[in-house]
Amino acid sequence: MKRSRLVMGPVLFHWDEDRKKDFYSRIADETDVDTVHVGEVVCAKRMPFFDKHLPDVIERLQRSGKEVVLSTLALVMNEREVSQIRDIAQMPDIMIEANDISVVRLLAGQPHMIGPYINTYNEGTLSYFAEKGAKRIALPWELPMSSITALCGAQTAAEIEVQVFGRMPLAISARCYSARAQGLHKDGCRYVCGDHLDGMDVETLDDTPFLAVNGLQTLSSHYLEISDNIAQMQNAGVTAFRLSPHSLDMTRVSDLYRQVLARKTDPEELRHRLKEMRFPMDFANGFLHEAPGAEFRQKHAQQAE
Amino acid sequence: MELVCPAGTPASLHAAVAAGADVVYCGFRDATNARNFPGLNFSRAELRDAVKHAHKHGVHVYLACNTYPQAGAEEIWHKAVDDAVAIGVDAIILADIGLLRYARDHHPDARLHLSVQASASNEEAIRFYHQEFGVRRVVLPRVLSLDEIRTLNQRIQVETEVFAFGGMCVMAEGRCSLSSYATGESPNMNGVCSPAAHVHYEERGDTTVSRLGNFTINIYDSDEKVGYPTLCKGRFRAMDKSGYLFEEPTSLDVTAMLPELADAGVSALKIEGRQRGKAYISQVVGAFRTSLDRIAEGQLNARSKLSTLSEGQSDTTGAYRRSWQ
Repeated sequence: MKRSRLVMGPVLFHWDEDRKKDFYSRIADETDVDTVHVGEVVCAKRMPFFDKHLPDVIERLQRSGKEVVLSTLALVMNEREVSQIRDIAQMPDIMIEANDISVVRLLAGQPHMIGPYINTYNEGTLSYFAEKGAKRIALPWELPMSSITALCGAQTAAEIEVQVFGRMPLAISARCYSARAQGLHKDGCRYVCGDHLDGMDVETLDDTPFLAVNGLQTLSSHYLEISDNIAQMQNAGVTAFRLSPHSLDMTRVSDLYRQVLARKTDPEELRHRLKEMRFPMDFANGFLHEAPGAEFRQKHAQQAE
Repeated sequence: MELVCPAGTPASLHAAVAAGADVVYCGFRDATNARNFPGLNFSRAELRDAVKHAHKHGVHVYLACNTYPQAGAEEIWHKAVDDAVAIGVDAIILADIGLLRYARDHHPDARLHLSVQASASNEEAIRFYHQEFGVRRVVLPRVLSLDEIRTLNQRIQVETEVFAFGGMCVMAEGRCSLSSYATGESPNMNGVCSPAAHVHYEERGDTTVSRLGNFTINIYDSDEKVGYPTLCKGRFRAMDKSGYLFEEPTSLDVTAMLPELADAGVSALKIEGRQRGKAYISQVVGAFRTSLDRIAEGQLNARSKLSTLSEGQSDTTGAYRRSWQ
């Protein structure tokens, strides 16, 4: 079996500069992930904090043998943001991940990636992107296994990537809900989104964990964990598996998933280890099974499907 | 500005035509459109009759085919586009890139509009859909401010259509899986958001609890009006505070800003609500017709008389004014 590509997705949260630099150093030095995403996906206001460190971080990762991908904003709304993505699209020697259609136009004809914020739901769309030069296409979170299998079956030149771990981005807005929760306007947000390393926990009024707010983005409270289906996905033709960074030790998380990808660790064992690192941690894999995305289907129940 | 009005049934279409719509938009009775509700939408024969009736009165009909085709089942969406062209609708409203390409390749003369579900929120994105698929109008996502819309219109070559009245997404449309996270069904894949089949209400002591799937969306005291549990309009708790985390239960109403929207270069106004009854359609369409006619006559002070029809009885100008910026 060909070695699967293990991907560290972009940091979605507003971590401070030191935490982020440290994170990338450890990913460079201590993991065998193949690809690392850098860049701000959620909020353009955060960009100035880390942009100055990006060249060093990219160089460090590349020197460690990692493929580096620069991810773009998921929602591009105004002139300033449009000019930012134009600048990014012109950067030489780095693969760009388009998370908004605007970037796709700017990257046409040069090698690039289609990110999971772009709606690749079917073969027609997948083929279009592959013909336009997309080398790898990360699928949206809400696709069921049947769609993933059908997309792999389309046999385009593009690699197919799926997120296997981490809170699932569910929505993006022009409005900042971290600021709103603290009675602040977006322009005077004081970057309160940075107070929550994994997003601000949101519960229902009867105390059930539900969502996590990360500035303009709303994520699931539950952590996507689909290692039960990794072998099935590898067989179907998924070649890249994405981990979404959280504040727990991602070097250990990446080791665990590498073991599962190589079929050297059992998914049950992996979940046990994850819970040792952080408890409580609720898992979800419902989207794969055409069930509510918040649900977790046990393996034996899946086999009965 | 063109007045684009919803119709979920032939009766509503007749009501919209009678009330002064310039255009009526509708969908086929299946998962190909974003209001895939039980008892709603048009069979092929009904659409044929509807187009005949509308055209007789000088009114256009647009077909919304704006969900994302399911992998392995794209023919259903292709057939919807083919049938809409054969029936003679005046434009087809699409969101999916594969489907846009299909429509452009198989029906090069068809007028294609970009659905709000494609969430094209900037000039480069709009240019993409225009250059690649010949899209002639873009329905703008409800995240843009009036100033952003004005700037956009100066830089693009296609018409823009904006939402004017009705329910309001606070999230970028077509990029939201909140509904499927709680229920397994989403706008993109199933054409529904917070679907009624997954809604239930419970009495707990003196309170009423509204639930969507396994999640409580709101808890109402006995003196509060109980609302429908649309996920993003719910009350939740974060940092030990409870409240409407995303948005108060308000509806969009731009009546007061119509002259500004016209001045910003907007070509068409869209009224949301294919799920609404014909009495509602008559009232809303009639009120907008009157306002637009008054503005055309130079009377700039259009006032909305529609607030009693709004969800939660409270109106907002949404992102257009950006009071939260």
